Amino acid sequence: MNKIESVNDFVVRFANVNGSGSASANNLFAKAIFRAGVPVSPKNIFPSNIQGLPTWYEVRVNEDGFLGRRGGVDMTIAVNSQTLFRDYQELPPGGYFLFDSSKDLSDEFSRDDIIVIGIPLTRLCNDEFKNPKLRQLLKNIIYVGSLAFLLDIEFSILTDSIKKQFAKKPKLAEPNIKALELGYDYAKENYQGVCGLSVRRVDKLGDDILMDGNSAFGLGAVYAGATVTGWYPITPSTSVIEAFERYSAKFRTEDDTGRRKVAIIQAEDELAALGIVIGASWNGARSFTATSGPGVSLMSEFLGLAYFAEIPVVLIDVQRAGPSTGMPTRTQQSDLLSCAYASHGDTKNVLLFPCDPKECFQLGANAFDLAERLQTPIIVMSDLDLGMNDHVSAPLRWDDNRKYDRGKVLTAEQLENKQEKWGRYLDVDGDGICYRTYPGTHPTKGAYFTRGTSHNEYSAYTEESSIYLANMERLLVKWETARNIVPGPRTKISDEKLGIGVIFYGTTTHAAYEAISRFAGKGLHINTMRIRSFPFQDEVIDFINDHETIFVIEQNRDAQLRTMLMTENNISPRKLQSILNYDGLPITANFITERIKSLLGIDHKTQKDTEGETS
Amino acid sequence: MSFEKPSFRHPKLAKNSAGYTRKDYEGAISTLCAGCGHDSATNAIIQACFELGIEPHRVAKMSGIGCSSKTPAYFLSKSHGFNSVHGRMPSIATGANMANRDLLYIGISGDGDTASIGMGQFAHALRRNLNLNYICMNNGCYGLTKGQDSATADMGSAGKKGTPNPYSSIDLCELAIELGASYVARGFSGDKQQLVPLIKGAFAHSGLAFIDVISPCVTFNNTDTSTKSYQYVREHIEATNTFDFIPLQQEILASYDEGTSQEVVMHDGSIIHLHKTDSTKEVTDRLRAVNNLEEEKASGRLLTGLLYVNQDITDTHDIINSTLRPLNSLTEADLCPGNEALEEINEGLR
Repeated sequence: MNKIESVNDFVVRFANVNGSGSASANNLFAKAIFRAGVPVSPKNIFPSNIQGLPTWYEVRVNEDGFLGRRGGVDMTIAVNSQTLFRDYQELPPGGYFLFDSSKDLSDEFSRDDIIVIGIPLTRLCNDEFKNPKLRQLLKNIIYVGSLAFLLDIEFSILTDSIKKQFAKKPKLAEPNIKALELGYDYAKENYQGVCGLSVRRVDKLGDDILMDGNSAFGLGAVYAGATVTGWYPITPSTSVIEAFERYSAKFRTEDDTGRRKVAIIQAEDELAALGIVIGASWNGARSFTATSGPGVSLMSEFLGLAYFAEIPVVLIDVQRAGPSTGMPTRTQQSDLLSCAYASHGDTKNVLLFPCDPKECFQLGANAFDLAERLQTPIIVMSDLDLGMNDHVSAPLRWDDNRKYDRGKVLTAEQLENKQEKWGRYLDVDGDGICYRTYPGTHPTKGAYFTRGTSHNEYSAYTEESSIYLANMERLLVKWETARNIVPGPRTKISDEKLGIGVIFYGTTTHAAYEAISRFAGKGLHINTMRIRSFPFQDEVIDFINDHETIFVIEQNRDAQLRTMLMTENNISPRKLQSILNYDGLPITANFITERIKSLLGIDHKTQKDTEGETS
Repeated sequence: MSFEKPSFRHPKLAKNSAGYTRKDYEGAISTLCAGCGHDSATNAIIQACFELGIEPHRVAKMSGIGCSSKTPAYFLSKSHGFNSVHGRMPSIATGANMANRDLLYIGISGDGDTASIGMGQFAHALRRNLNLNYICMNNGCYGLTKGQDSATADMGSAGKKGTPNPYSSIDLCELAIELGASYVARGFSGDKQQLVPLIKGAFAHSGLAFIDVISPCVTFNNTDTSTKSYQYVREHIEATNTFDFIPLQQEILASYDEGTSQEVVMHDGSIIHLHKTDSTKEVTDRLRAVNNLEEEKASGRLLTGLLYVNQDITDTHDIINSTLRPLNSLTEADLCPGNEALEEINEGLR
């Protein structure tokens, strides 16, 4: 048997029961790899349930810095009896199967091509720890200790992590460290030289951080000066607001009074949540909310009101698998069309596509400037993978000289000194955006009626066709202004003659770059473009026109970005070929590689690809 | 479409304590049907604002969709207005109020806008005790879509369409009390003398003040068979009591014989003097307030006036302990933690 051997390049999968405290142990493991300076990518694959169902935690370790899912697994820590056999069968030949040997495996577990590592977790745990409440949690910590030995992880990294985690309650650190030692010692006594997978300390991460995308959004909203949010809980966006609450508690409390410089209202539904955002924004406070697909459907009407009445809105859509209630704990990128064209009538909304926590923070914060400059909804498209998993990211930065762009708002003084008649929907400089006023600004000037009905330049109701048309046209002028100020794409040209390009966005990024680098390694240089916003800039159209073959890689069934590229920019369907992954799990480099090979007609026999054939 | 009103003002027109004339509180000419109850209700709002010396630009008027939701255009043209979407005025008002706690918020809705599609937002604005003056102009039908029954139409009542309403009706006032409202009143567009003090009391109340204004629809629901017609209302109306509203600044000129009045001190210091007679209802006790309504219904009467008032309350801003400075006045210095704090956060994520 050829056991899998690798230093700093493998995938470990933990198979647990959800609600059993496994997340804490598994995070500890991932964090230890991170602290050893090795790029690590943990993915939580959890059920839509509170307690008792299978949950997997897949950790990819990759020294080269490829942070997407690879596909396949090299080692499974199988501690869920419900899925034990399935986990056993799924391992590739030469893979490692770690299980709780307090109970023997039954006869059906009869493979001779994998390495079985039995650690008697329950027995070790119960012999040492008498407190039943602690046992469940510590049992998982024991296997982390075993892994430290098996994978050559420096033990001190783990003990330091525990001490840091329990810095405020040092008494809890003790049993955790003891549990680590139990697991470590048992593995050392029984499995010397067995495991061919190894972690070696390197310095590939510099000053990078490990953070989830939703927390980055919450923090970005605090930095951007958001003061009001109305929100409704839904998986997987709830933690955006929870992070906003946490950071607000830390940063938005008045020293002298203890009062809060923020209003966080848990609304009765998503419609009310967005209504609160719109009311606050209309009244001069920066406001936002976060939701997922089903919430966007509910918010459709209000989004149309914000579009037509031209009120700033920042909406974060942490997408999950649809349609309808779909798979609440699985990821997908399938809300593009419903966000871009939200609401009835002719509407178009600006979309932003962050790809990592740093962009969640940056683009999230910038969304507030864009919303108030453009006076329109800005919908930030994240997804469950980005939002709820921890990702290696460059550190977050803020320019202390940065001023908020509040857009075109008239002050009392400006109203007082104005010679010409002001109109809320009067375009004075040709960019399609008009000046607005906040309620309460001036005793006699600047008041106007906001309405979702058709309005003239002075915000009066009108049914005059020519005035209605002019207003609708002006919104298109504004759309052009948006095109020039939203974030541009990130393009990498490595071969100007080959004529093959790929386009992707959001969490497809890491897997896409990895697949492309594999082809580059074989001499096939494919150019890439990472789209970061809608409307699409000329650079995007030029990229498509400059290449003979374009693959649009996305995580939905109906090729939604492809649809938008065709519709908005008159691109022929024949020009854009799709690579689609929408099974609810994050797209893998293997998948993209296989699809590109297939679409390019690359023969599997003539192209020897030794990397990552397992899938 | 609004027609231009002449801006000529008589130089001797009386001014209130803030220096405004009554005309300064008016809006555009109404496009509602001639004789519509809503226009009288609008007038009562104008009257109350004028008499209290409220500065028009310190008011924000919000509404949903419907005939009644059009009325904000017909009063306080110097105030910002927001005519939003059907049934969703309370959430807009909530957000606006959170952004600036110092303005006076008037939320206009109708029975169609509130009691069906708006039921959820009505209930939750009450639960949170938003500092909002919620005026529902109630005519028992959907006027703007030509006369369908609304959820406040009484069972058996028939409007212009002729078919009696077969469903139970919702009593918004009783429901408001049950949901925790602390200022609930019912008025009638045809009785401004009663309605104006009710509105003033609402303004003085710190929390959600709900006024159900029976406001007949002359076009679709003013028939002999309708319980929301002018005639029916006049014949069946009963008032809980009468009261004087004394704003904080005003000297108390009237004197009350002992035992004849009950004083309710409002949050802002103004006072409501409830006149007590043998027939007046107890309105400061919640259980009694609900019973009053039930008793009147059983006897086929329509109870109006101040139905329930309780000053032992906290509004949304008190509950969330928000800063006394309006949130929309805060700047980068108040709100942005800076790069140094961000570095600490980065460090905690390594």
